[in-house]
Amino acid sequence: MLKLLLIGIKDLKLMFRDRAALIFMLLAPFLLTIGMGFVSGRFSGGSTGLSDIPVVIVNLDQKELGNALEELFNSADLADLVEPTASSDPEAARRLIDSDQASAAIVIPQGFTDSVIPAEGTTFDSTAVQPAPVQIEVYANPSRPTGAGIIKAIVDEFLSRVEEGRVSGTTSLVGLMQSGLLNPQDVASEAQELFANVDESESTAITLKTDTQGAEAVEFDLLAYFAPGMALMFLMYTVSYGGRSILAERSQGTLPRMLISPTSNAQVLGGKVLGIFLMGVAQVGVLILASSIFFQVQWGDPLGVLVLILAAVFGATGWGMLITAFARTPAQVGSTGAAVMLIFGILGGSFMSLENFPPFMQTLSKITPNAWGMDGFVTLALGGTLKNLTEPVTALLIMGALLFAASVVLFNRNGIAQQ
Amino acid sequence: MPNILESQNLVKTYGDFTAVKGITFDIKEGEIFSLLGPNGAGKTTTISMLSTLYAPTSGDATIGGYSVTKDPMAVKRVIGVVPQDLALYEDLTAKENLVFWGQMYGLGGKSLTSRVDEVLEQIGLTDKAKNRVKTYSGGMKRRVNIGVGLLHKPRLLFMDEPTVGIDPQSRRAILDTVKDLNKQGMTVLYTTHYMEEAAELSNRVGIIDHGELIALGTQDELTKQVGETETLILHIGENEDPETLAKALSGVEGVQKADVTDHEVSVITADAKDILAAVVGKANERGIKIRSIDIREPNLEAVFLHLTGRALRDT
Repeated sequence: MLKLLLIGIKDLKLMFRDRAALIFMLLAPFLLTIGMGFVSGRFSGGSTGLSDIPVVIVNLDQKELGNALEELFNSADLADLVEPTASSDPEAARRLIDSDQASAAIVIPQGFTDSVIPAEGTTFDSTAVQPAPVQIEVYANPSRPTGAGIIKAIVDEFLSRVEEGRVSGTTSLVGLMQSGLLNPQDVASEAQELFANVDESESTAITLKTDTQGAEAVEFDLLAYFAPGMALMFLMYTVSYGGRSILAERSQGTLPRMLISPTSNAQVLGGKVLGIFLMGVAQVGVLILASSIFFQVQWGDPLGVLVLILAAVFGATGWGMLITAFARTPAQVGSTGAAVMLIFGILGGSFMSLENFPPFMQTLSKITPNAWGMDGFVTLALGGTLKNLTEPVTALLIMGALLFAASVVLFNRNGIAQQ
Repeated sequence: MPNILESQNLVKTYGDFTAVKGITFDIKEGEIFSLLGPNGAGKTTTISMLSTLYAPTSGDATIGGYSVTKDPMAVKRVIGVVPQDLALYEDLTAKENLVFWGQMYGLGGKSLTSRVDEVLEQIGLTDKAKNRVKTYSGGMKRRVNIGVGLLHKPRLLFMDEPTVGIDPQSRRAILDTVKDLNKQGMTVLYTTHYMEEAAELSNRVGIIDHGELIALGTQDELTKQVGETETLILHIGENEDPETLAKALSGVEGVQKADVTDHEVSVITADAKDILAAVVGKANERGIKIRSIDIREPNLEAVFLHLTGRALRDT
């Protein structure tokens, strides 16, 4: 274990002494992120680049809160971002999602408003347990994770406002009743008044951060899309650089020298893999830190970001090892790695949202660590936490494990020391 | 002295090509043993098998009592290896290289620090220990390459052509280092295609050609194989045809053998002075201009020539 670590740390040290590699690993993605930010208007307050997300709204409630949510999606604030369609049939709406005609369907069930605001004429019993509000359903399209994520974030924000109002309103009404200032019979009408303007008072806060007043908004910063996009794309460069170092060490004699020291093949190979992994983590970590410091990019839940980095680098390292196992010379790894970096960058959504791709391309993108990584980073940027990363993290770990297994078989077959 | 290394019928094949064809020899504790042979003779492949880098196709060897095929990890602890090509991290300093390789050999803490300092002193690079290896001259890099092999004080040191491609001064320093190490009790297996190095360093020499050990013994024992012969080396001009001269000389009385090596013709004879006039006469007859003539007493080069019909340096 110690030798494994020593080899990994030595590789990391060598990486930081290779100026050309550092330019590719750190400076290039950083500059490209800035470039993409300018192109997309991030630095000039222009469009977010994400627009007209198709969403189907089924408002079975037809009362204050249901209508407020529907109106929110039809408001001028979200006009550029979403393209809502009204429907009265939940099943029909779900079918539209299943057939990939929209990013998500929102089903507002009948009685939603009544479950939050007591109906007029209801006698309020402050000692009784209050029923839980009826749940709104967001039926998400898994092949459009970004769009679905944004829709879900808007609904979540709306609901959290409603919940906030419900709890504080209930608390106030109970206080008034207990102090004798309010009759139980009048509670319903007071509650109606309290919640009546929930849409007007809160809806303007529920918007994408496209201007400077988004402190309380659902924040989705474009750089939070492009920065991980570029970091993940250049991560493929880093892992192929690391893989190339295995073959370079083989031809420069240091790999055989390690193998004739009292160090096992597994330790040497494991140490090299660890080196690649550490390089990838360092690269993505530095890029995330730099974009946070220089551009105030909000990456989201720190624990989620950390776990996602580790999983994405693990998946990418698997690809780096596989490319290396197939190659015979460092130059072959370099050229193949560069090609894979670009292909995975495009296919994995580093330049544009996967939702703009045809369905077969979206399916194909699942072989790339970029697509899963982007899925995870977008989820986090939209307010998701580690709990919401189960799918991308699991996919990346499985990807890495399978690719490692394949590359170990190939290395064993060809002999790690053989030219 | 007991044997520290015993090799029995080591064979290494790559597909249809057999690089080493059943080599059997032993090395006694405390001696310098040279494997002398031209490039491609199988020296490095033999070292690679003995150092456990490549598994032999057949045969086995024991080093310090451990089998290279059955207990390679134990063998690795007994040996040190100085590979033919530099095997260093050029972006690390000499000290960082030595520390890393020392750790690979299980050294750590104060023992590692003191051993690294000792080795730096030994290879004469204490002052430049903090410079990156890529800033060093070829000779300095060679010294670091050797230093790495000495870190863990191996009982048996393999040195695979350590003087290839370096200046005479550095070469001299390396040969002196080998002798010093041997004086300190280290056993050395030294491979080279320079006859002079094998002659200067070795207690015993194994001559290897085309993957076979064709002769083995002390220098005296080997030179006796060619008898009391001398070698006449005729240096001719670049535009002259050495083949024609060699053919012509084969018929001269007293000439045992005449072979071509580049722009030289090597003539083996019992007494060089006796045939000198006849040799020059033959060259004149053919219109071939001789630029200079060397007379060499029996040596390892002559042994190789005698055994293979080819000179060492040009094969």
